[in-house]
Amino acid sequence: MGGIPHDHYEPKSNSEKWLHRRLPVVGLMYDTLMIPTPKNLNWMWIWGIVLTFCLALQIITGIVLAMHYTPHVDSAFASVEHIMRNVNGGYMLRYMHQNGASLFFVAVYAHIFRGLYYGSYKAPREITWIIGMLIYLLMMGTAFMGYVLPWGQMSFWGATVITGLFGAIPFVGESLQTLLLGGPAVDNATLNRFFSLHYLFPFVIAGLVIIHIWAFHTTGNNNPTGVEVRRTSKEDAEKDTLPFWPYFVIKDLFALAVILLVFFAIVGFMPNYLGHPDNYIEANPLSTPAHIVPEWYFLPFYAILRAFTSDVWVVIIAETLTGGIIDAKFFGVLAMFGAIAVMALAPWLDTSSVRSGRYRPMFKWWFWLLVVDFFVLMWLGAMPAEEPYATFSLIASAYWFAYFLVILPLLGVIEKPMTPPATIQEDFEAHYPAKTDGGSPAVNPAE
Amino acid sequence: MIKKLTLSALAAFGLTTGGAIAAGAYDSHIEDFDFSFEGPFGTYDVNQLQRGLQVYTEICASCHGLKFVPLRTIGDEGGPGLPEEQVIEYAKQFEVFDADLDDFREAVPTDHFPASALENAPDLSLMAKARAGFHGPYGLGINQFFKGIGGPEYIASLLTGYTGEEKEQAGTTFYENTAFPGGWISMAPPLYGEDVDFADGHDNDLHHIAEDVSAFLMWTAEPKLGARKQAGFAGVLFLTLLSVLLYLTNKRLWAPVKGKEH
Repeated sequence: MGGIPHDHYEPKSNSEKWLHRRLPVVGLMYDTLMIPTPKNLNWMWIWGIVLTFCLALQIITGIVLAMHYTPHVDSAFASVEHIMRNVNGGYMLRYMHQNGASLFFVAVYAHIFRGLYYGSYKAPREITWIIGMLIYLLMMGTAFMGYVLPWGQMSFWGATVITGLFGAIPFVGESLQTLLLGGPAVDNATLNRFFSLHYLFPFVIAGLVIIHIWAFHTTGNNNPTGVEVRRTSKEDAEKDTLPFWPYFVIKDLFALAVILLVFFAIVGFMPNYLGHPDNYIEANPLSTPAHIVPEWYFLPFYAILRAFTSDVWVVIIAETLTGGIIDAKFFGVLAMFGAIAVMALAPWLDTSSVRSGRYRPMFKWWFWLLVVDFFVLMWLGAMPAEEPYATFSLIASAYWFAYFLVILPLLGVIEKPMTPPATIQEDFEAHYPAKTDGGSPAVNPAE
Repeated sequence: MIKKLTLSALAAFGLTTGGAIAAGAYDSHIEDFDFSFEGPFGTYDVNQLQRGLQVYTEICASCHGLKFVPLRTIGDEGGPGLPEEQVIEYAKQFEVFDADLDDFREAVPTDHFPASALENAPDLSLMAKARAGFHGPYGLGINQFFKGIGGPEYIASLLTGYTGEEKEQAGTTFYENTAFPGGWISMAPPLYGEDVDFADGHDNDLHHIAEDVSAFLMWTAEPKLGARKQAGFAGVLFLTLLSVLLYLTNKRLWAPVKGKEH
């Protein structure tokens, strides 16, 4: 593996050498765990560990839940109640899995906005960013299909609405929707394929997570200054970094413990707060709930989906130009996926020569406005599709696109960035003045 | 196809509820009852659950069912906690269909409560979690954070919310109710007060009976509430301790790097 110069694993005993010549697995683990990490990382760099934990939590609780769950329209709802009532600790497994999805998305949004602020997406970390976006898309697919499995009213009607989006695609839409549903409407075939894919996707995500980690272990972590670790020599690199173990493992575990404290408080004391009461009613194709609302983590993009109605001028233009192929419904679908696509393209849309938002006086304002915009969209997604929410949604959606397509490219030209520190060491010592030698302290973290 | 299904669904829905639910007409009045199981340390009141079971059995059960609730669980600790003989005796009053016998037989504790006797009477097993008494403000969920979601409060408010007004619509009688969304419900007032006599001499006015049966229905919806809160409390306690230890470890680990005394 390329990357920052550092000490590598040296097999000592004969048996270690024997294994290392045949399969350097210990060396791989050592190099991964001892990776030089910028020592100025702040608390926004803890979300990766939280996300890894969430994936493990969801897979472990999910596998056990699958042992007791029945993917059939006649028994799915009852089998979830069986888990809640009869399976030992089943209520805990189920509530942890259900709220674990929320924790997963809290962490992923924090992780993404961290990347957006500190320019983690910029060269040479574009691959890490793109893989991350793929993971995020798969997470959304997994969460959506997981929500269908309890076969409650929101499961059923949510599935009907969301799969209906695919039906809006011109020409192939209807066949695609039928393929997705396994029939003309949400039914047993839908439930079965969603269950199968809900079980499969997390393992695809796990594979992508490994590639995500591999990619940023090659480029090295970004850090709050956006300044690269010096690679001129091992000694220089050591002035900018500390090994991941134990410094960042312990720091991240502390953060994880605090976050899990909140998580367990929610699971223990208010496990249904983030859910929707209608999902405790068994799915009934003959009765539509008064409001069909997706889970909170889909709301910002759901708001963008609904914002582009047929009376909006861009929709009218698109409809006229394409001879009606792009109608309001399909435009909304394009906007929703486009909102994620523009985020994925950020590495090429951001033209600034400075990586970290910390040294970009104008960028900061636009960035925080994007954060506010995200929460406003989340709120609007839960509101009924009527005025004044429709107008608000349109403005908020427009800003989302403007940020990536207009503001990011322009800022690189018109903004005068400040000068970042020359090295990470300089930044670190500005916060924590060194007492004597100014260099990295003599540490032997392996002991 | 989907559009057709949705349309027919809407039509069917509109017919069965007699247009009682106008979209967004959530102007119903929900009283904030003070239940024993609220808050992080709240637990079920065994006596109240037993009274609620009695109200359910004598009144609600004539139309409604509890098909997800196994009869044996009324003997559970943390639930109504009836002694074993009483559970067996209680089960005998229900008839269940046995596929092996291909006939009906007396229920035993391992059976579930029967399903609803009337087709348009919803199953009550999960009703206390399937309704939200409190909303907003402005869709922000703040009320639910502080007061709870309000399922049992909704049920109790519904049972006490009849005004006595009636109207006929398309051959069905509707009763005005201040808690029901839309204001008109097709269920006749089930409770009037003094409908049952409690063995423990507890008040049997309308307000108390409604409160007791709502608490019982919260238990049928969330029978593991007590165990869950205990687990949550243990988790929070353990993670607090772990956080403190990790904080101190982290502080000490980084002290030399940050040029501090440790």
